[in-house]
Amino acid sequence: MTAKLLEVRGLKTYFFTRAGVVKAVDGVDFALARGKVLGLVGESGSGKTVTGFSILGLIDPPGRIVEGSIKLNGQELVNLAPAALRALRGRKIAMVFQDPAMTLNPVLSIGTQMAMAVRAHAGLSKRAALARARDALGRVGIPSPEERLAAFPHQFSGGMRQRVAIAIALLHDPELIVADEPTTALDVSIQGQILFEMRRLTRELGLSLIWITHDLAVVSGLADDMCVMYAGRIVERGPASRVLAQPLHPYTRGLLQSVPGMVAPGGELAQIPGSTPSLLRLPPGCAFRARCDRASAACAAMPDLSPRTTEHDVRCHHPVGLDERTEALA
Amino acid sequence: MLGFIIQRLLQAVGVMLAMSVIVFIGVYAIGNPIDILIPPEADQAIRQAVIERYGLDLPLWRQYLVFLGNLLRGDLGRSFIFNIPTLDLILGRMPATLELALSAVVAATLIGIPLGVYAGYRPDAPLSRAIMGFSILGFSVPTFWVGLILIMVFAVELGWLPAGGRGATVELFGVGWSLLTWDGARHVILPAINLALFKLALLTRLARAGTREAMLSDYVKFARAEGLREAQVLGRHVLKNISIPIVTVFGLELGSTVAFAVVTETIFSWPGMGKLIIDSITVLDRPVMVAYLILITFLFIMINLAVDLVYAMLDPRLRRSAAR
Amino acid sequence: MSAIGRDALAVPTRERRPLAAFWIEFAENKVALAALAVVVVFVLAALFAPLIAPQDPYDLGKLSLLDARRTPGAVASGGYVHILGTDAAGRDLFSAILYGLRISIQIGLLAGACALALGATFGIVAAYRGGRLEAFIMRLVDLQLSFPPILLALVLVALLGQGRGQLVAALTAAQYAYFARTAHGAASAERRKDYIEAALATPLPGWRIVFKHLLPNCLPPLIVVATVQVAYSIALEATLSFLGLGLPITEPSLGMLIANGFQYMMSGRYWISLYPGVALMVLIVAINLVGDQVRDQLNPRLKR
Repeated sequence: MTAKLLEVRGLKTYFFTRAGVVKAVDGVDFALARGKVLGLVGESGSGKTVTGFSILGLIDPPGRIVEGSIKLNGQELVNLAPAALRALRGRKIAMVFQDPAMTLNPVLSIGTQMAMAVRAHAGLSKRAALARARDALGRVGIPSPEERLAAFPHQFSGGMRQRVAIAIALLHDPELIVADEPTTALDVSIQGQILFEMRRLTRELGLSLIWITHDLAVVSGLADDMCVMYAGRIVERGPASRVLAQPLHPYTRGLLQSVPGMVAPGGELAQIPGSTPSLLRLPPGCAFRARCDRASAACAAMPDLSPRTTEHDVRCHHPVGLDERTEALA
Repeated sequence: MLGFIIQRLLQAVGVMLAMSVIVFIGVYAIGNPIDILIPPEADQAIRQAVIERYGLDLPLWRQYLVFLGNLLRGDLGRSFIFNIPTLDLILGRMPATLELALSAVVAATLIGIPLGVYAGYRPDAPLSRAIMGFSILGFSVPTFWVGLILIMVFAVELGWLPAGGRGATVELFGVGWSLLTWDGARHVILPAINLALFKLALLTRLARAGTREAMLSDYVKFARAEGLREAQVLGRHVLKNISIPIVTVFGLELGSTVAFAVVTETIFSWPGMGKLIIDSITVLDRPVMVAYLILITFLFIMINLAVDLVYAMLDPRLRRSAAR
Repeated sequence: MSAIGRDALAVPTRERRPLAAFWIEFAENKVALAALAVVVVFVLAALFAPLIAPQDPYDLGKLSLLDARRTPGAVASGGYVHILGTDAAGRDLFSAILYGLRISIQIGLLAGACALALGATFGIVAAYRGGRLEAFIMRLVDLQLSFPPILLALVLVALLGQGRGQLVAALTAAQYAYFARTAHGAASAERRKDYIEAALATPLPGWRIVFKHLLPNCLPPLIVVATVQVAYSIALEATLSFLGLGLPITEPSLGMLIANGFQYMMSGRYWISLYPGVALMVLIVAINLVGDQVRDQLNPRLKR
């Protein structure tokens, strides 16, 4: 096994709220090789965003990482001193957020915000920082970047704002970018452009990308590997092409069957019955079993995330299409 | 930007005109102007002179034009008591009030905003809770009562500071200033604290609310994800954002400080406009009341105008919509 | 918590009756709970003042100048202990404070209610009708908001003369604008929502929309403003009375008791001003603490 850029082991991030402990991320493991794209897929509340923020050490109270390990190039990030963590953020790991309308400060010019981000890690003069910011804007395809530095966020369209955010993320040539649904808030035509831009940049710069999304179509076009999350845990993990072609977990299959583009034309769109369970009072055992048509008494015990085929893991007692083999093994 | 300024100036003139109509109606149409403008003990000759001077025998709309003309020439009538033009009387008292109000506002800002930002940044820290408890006190305890307590503690019991008056003053630019003499400065302290306390509490709460909201925002999270230091996140991102509502309130509060000076000046016998208006109300010196009202309105409109302009400079979103 | 909050914390909480849930959350803040208890005690004390007070402070025949300015705890000609001393007219200060509270609370509630009714009507009508009427009303309200209420009340009281009615009118005029602004903000946000636009397209009568949709949405912020404004009314009334512009001298409110004691403060007879002031301060702070907690609970942006 080659050295991984990022290794997440047994990550648990809990929120200690008034109503009780919300186990937003409850034991997540994955690894990411240099230059690869990982799709982190799940519904709202599945813990995918909290996983992303945990990697950057940006969990605010009442939440905190209670257990687990996050290693970047072998360096442990959990419980790292705040100053050391800050020095990594923006330089080694960068983040792109969901809504570009909210991520840029409305009352500071783009140039001011970008110069601050440059100078956070590089001892440059204001002028040199602005020059670097201008180049970064050019790199993500913003026309006449020199003039745009003086502009304020509201003077950009949504897609352009997201390009600015990506330019900021790329300022220090990070090794890893965590992108939290960066296309969800954009128009469909713009989504394609941003997606294309990200793919181009990751290939050109050789950086690794974690793409958090609920949109399987995006993953299929972009990701090398993918993890499907449900109720704070990974339920299926493997190469994106294989997971999408032959989903093993009933939940992944349900997701795939509910996406129009993934079903053959004229085929029937399915929906997953019920809704995401409350993370406050998760019953023991498989969290999906109340919505699962394959559930049995065995599902009252939490299944392990275990390999079923090469590099393709699933957390299920009754994986799709492998029932016979499972029974044979038993 | 220029169009915006002109638009606001025109608006200010409009408001001023509207106010003059309201005051005119209040004084001339509802009240009896003869009672208001002529001292009760005046003889027939003086009565006749005043009636002619203000055109009180003319139809109402002509009277308004005369009133407006007098207003523009700065003639706001004569005080019954002091028998000098009310404008001179009030303007003579204005520096004392402004000195007090400015001392109070500056003190409140310099102390209140850092306290509020801290309380918003660490909402659960014990110091933050103490700050907020103190601000609720400052916010709710009536100004006059705080003034009494200050006098009782620092002037009567401890004897550290004088209980009233302005102390020695120094002439500068033709007006007397207390702050420039040791004795005068000692006289400013208690009334300035008294007047500042409410603003201090208000600014603290405002800064805290703004900071708390900003700290939860995505742009602060994004700034942290860029690896910015907390000092920069607070000092640049948060402070710039909360500065917009604070400037607005600050401006408005400057005006209300002048208004609240009425109470503080009365308690501390501070010879400003506020004490003058209270004295005038008690002795029914109506021309002074009317002139004070008009002047204060003018002051407020000026302050609002200034606030609007500063606001437009601070908020780029507004700047653009104003330019369109 | 925004980005994370939307995602991870969007968990359904237990279904409770909203009022009961509100009360449970309120009771978790011990300071607010204590403040509420203080408010209730003060209101009850004011309500039953004639039963509790050892003396009727308005009955001038029962007062004796021989009893004037007795220290707290002294026994005077009445034969009972003046626990808070007596004032310059020989009134038992404890009784005077109870009766003063009565006046302060009455005026505060009355002025608050009038300002609420007037302001809410202005704000909702402006939001509902829109157009020029809205522009006119809100311009007027903005203008007035920039003018300090204390000055407005001062001038009005000076023009209208002394008396309860005049005082309430002045306080109402000085404060309605806050309610109008709040109601307008909440109502126009609701007014712009699609379902109201849809309802407006149907021949349903307009008052139904106003009462079923706009008003209920305005209530939470209005309640918050109301608690603050009642406290402010009480403070304002006390201030005006202190300046000698509030109620006539025959009805000594807390502000007037304090003003009467002011001249004796320099000679060390602090209690005449101090105790009415403490009563006033405790009442206002307690109302504000309750209001603070209610506001925090009703503010969806601070929910967690």
